[in-house]
Amino acid sequence: MDYSMRKKLGLALYIVFLFIPIYWLVIMSFKGTEEILGGLTLWPHDFTFDNYHTIFTDSTWYMGYVNSMIYVSMNMAITLVVALPAAYAFSRYRFIGDTHLFFWLLSNRMAPPAVFLLPFFQLYSSVGLFDTHIAVALAHCLFTVPLAVWILEGFMSGVPREVDETAYIDGYSFPKFFLRIFLPMIRSGIGVTAFFCFMFSWVELLFARTLTSVDAKPIAAIMTRTVGAAGIDWGLLAAAGVLTIIPGVLVIWFVRNHVAKGFALGRV
Amino acid sequence: MQRKVRDNKAWFLVLPVFILVAFSAIVPIMTVVNYSVQDIFDQNTAYFVGAEWYREMLRNPALLDSLGRQFFFSFSVLAIEVPLGIAIALVMPTKGRMAAVSLILVAIPLLIPWNVVGTIWQIFSRADIGLFGYAVNALGIDYNYTSDPTAAWLTVLLMDVWHWTPLIALLCYSGLRAIPEAFYQAARIDRASKWAIFRHIQLPRLKSVLVIGVLLRFMDSFMIYTEPFVLTGGGPGNSTTFLSQALTQMAIGQFDIGPAAAFSLIYYLIVLLVCYAFFTAINQLDKAK
Amino acid sequence: MNWMAWTGVTATFFSVIGCILIFMTILEIKSPTLEKKGFLPIATTRGDKLFISLISAAYIHLGFLALVDTVLWVALCISILWSAVVFRWG
Repeated sequence: MDYSMRKKLGLALYIVFLFIPIYWLVIMSFKGTEEILGGLTLWPHDFTFDNYHTIFTDSTWYMGYVNSMIYVSMNMAITLVVALPAAYAFSRYRFIGDTHLFFWLLSNRMAPPAVFLLPFFQLYSSVGLFDTHIAVALAHCLFTVPLAVWILEGFMSGVPREVDETAYIDGYSFPKFFLRIFLPMIRSGIGVTAFFCFMFSWVELLFARTLTSVDAKPIAAIMTRTVGAAGIDWGLLAAAGVLTIIPGVLVIWFVRNHVAKGFALGRV
Repeated sequence: MQRKVRDNKAWFLVLPVFILVAFSAIVPIMTVVNYSVQDIFDQNTAYFVGAEWYREMLRNPALLDSLGRQFFFSFSVLAIEVPLGIAIALVMPTKGRMAAVSLILVAIPLLIPWNVVGTIWQIFSRADIGLFGYAVNALGIDYNYTSDPTAAWLTVLLMDVWHWTPLIALLCYSGLRAIPEAFYQAARIDRASKWAIFRHIQLPRLKSVLVIGVLLRFMDSFMIYTEPFVLTGGGPGNSTTFLSQALTQMAIGQFDIGPAAAFSLIYYLIVLLVCYAFFTAINQLDKAK
Repeated sequence: MNWMAWTGVTATFFSVIGCILIFMTILEIKSPTLEKKGFLPIATTRGDKLFISLISAAYIHLGFLALVDTVLWVALCISILWSAVVFRWG
């Protein structure tokens, strides 16, 4: 076997390793409870959509997806709006305390969430934001914003300074230059950043669960309801899990070219 | 590296980020510091105890044990994920349709909510309903992660490898893409072996992304909470009770907020020191370029 | 603000940190710092030295709490001495 065949085989094996657990989740979601507990079947014998039917007809279930979508989109929008100018500042200027500010931003990712949840809950309750989508979006900014600044800064450093200077000589004001010329140049960077914001906000559970109770409860927290008096409803749990994977797959499919290009630029 | 202009007006561009992050960061950390020096019974009854909680926590063998377990877990995670991630990055195709497809496939575990990752592995490795658990038992190995501490620990480790190796792989992949083609051509002219290319061209270029990858993985594995909580609930016994979970039990389960706060600050200081070392290392590498 | 559970000691602590930061900022505007290489393994600015002093002070205090039963004034004195050393020769 030659070298490139071995490479392909290695990659294929790894991807199989990644997908077997997901495959198991997917087929589990099409099985009824008796079949799951009755014995091991590699393929559902009684193919059923019951589990999905339950989720799509019960508003407490599907509203969980809507809630998650809302706060993730809000988070992406807020993060990009504040991170773009900041990343520009970091990539073009030196200013008092710049490296320390950057380290402080990153250090917020390091705080162990468990004990910080209580003050978080009280902070957002005291400003009247408890159980709103915006509260979760703001809390997630704590780790998406530093990441976004860091990724965007990399892309912006790749744009030569001459571009800025030429634009200013041509009479562009800063906001006009930034929106008309600069942002289109780093489109892929913005795509990659949005993807990472989505990723970290979508997968996070602790803040999302602590800051919501009814109106903004995310799907990941609703999933715990499948544990009932009669044990866990594995089929329903699996179906809910499958539905949380789909948005991620869709997002990465839409930004795939940006992501591939972003990776090719050697940052991220 | 381009020269940057010194201009303090740039602070106006950073100000929105500063305010936004400060709102969610400074008040909670101040509150945790306040908690850590008091014995709190309820909202209005608290006694100042000074550094007593810190003293108690630093001499508490159970917590020091879980700290040790945490370090061991983090190092095991890094020892497996970093070499595996580099290997995957090396075999991923570089051009054409397959490059994008394999990028997407490899990235998928990163996009799954953390509690669903726990659920996937719960369903996958249970001895009664899981393919993995069933298969291992069929091979004649007695495996049941709900009752055997070693099996539980290994399952959590395997789950973390499954979940997070893609991050290292993607970072290394981007690092490899940044190597100019001319380097490989020069190596081909010299008839360098695959290993020599890896050792002298690829590995040095991967250094800066690897530092970032190790940093991210260290921070996240050190505070791992959601996945093992869903998978094992910390058991059997204490075998998979990681630090975050021990703290949560203390703070919310027993309402010992003071000691829990003191210990989380100790833990924050540990992570802060390690990350400062890494951050300084990244800056030095940038400067050396 | 009742839920933040303030105490006199922590309030003083954060005020001191805040004052140091304001003082450092003013000093930086008046006379910008230069990176210097001292006995520390990396070249440091004034801000880096402050951070190193603060984090070592935290570790010195924790070390005292873990190992010795004396009062913390000793740890505080050692931290201040160490910071002076870092700022002078670091």
